Amino acid sequence: MKHFLDITNETCPMTFVKVKLQLAKMDAGEQLEVLLNKGEPLENVPRSCEEQGYKVLSNEPTDHEKHLILIEK
Amino acid sequence: MNVPTDKKKISIVCFSGDFDKMVAAFTIATGAAATNREVTMFFTFWGLNALKKDKGRIAMGKSILAKAFNFLMGGLNNLPLSRLNFFGASPKLMSMMMKQHNVATLPELVEAAHALDIRIVACEMAMKILEVEKSDMIEEVQDVVGVATFLNDSENSHIIFI
Repeated sequence: MKHFLDITNETCPMTFVKVKLQLAKMDAGEQLEVLLNKGEPLENVPRSCEEQGYKVLSNEPTDHEKHLILIEK
Repeated sequence: MNVPTDKKKISIVCFSGDFDKMVAAFTIATGAAATNREVTMFFTFWGLNALKKDKGRIAMGKSILAKAFNFLMGGLNNLPLSRLNFFGASPKLMSMMMKQHNVATLPELVEAAHALDIRIVACEMAMKILEVEKSDMIEEVQDVVGVATFLNDSENSHIIFI
């Protein structure tokens, strides 16, 4: 099952917090698509997910300002 | 999923009951917990006000002095800004500005801290001085501890004093 989360309107620390809480609700093997802004969220959200043992399957720009990343729990 | 076992630890001493410093404490705490750190927040002295069940001004305690202090300090809704407080108007204006800029407000940060299972402990000594009981505080307060317990729990942690 694939979930989706848009954190482009969030600022630190809620960018990380929302991703962490969403992943906590999901079962192992489920995927989460996260739409995030360049800069701090793009640099740190994928990294912190990997540090927690989740797989970042893809990381693609959607336009000049945003990226879509796909995380597997 | 391969979750690393060696979690980094952060302990935050919440001494100041100032609104802006409490925002800083909860921002660091929630950011740290969301990036896989084990977080403890130790509330002492003025910081205890943020944990009171009644978020407004209540005269709690038995002695007249304790009642006066607790009433004047109030709870989470009465935390003053450390500068330019303007008799309590500024924290409300600051919260408005935070909302306008999509920045989490203090109650939202506190809620996030609970959702992230941040360990919240209260200082036994400060509670005794201010005559605040555990039942006067929010249910998320996991323990009432002294400095020795806090230091033992914080072994191998970064300790931040706010």
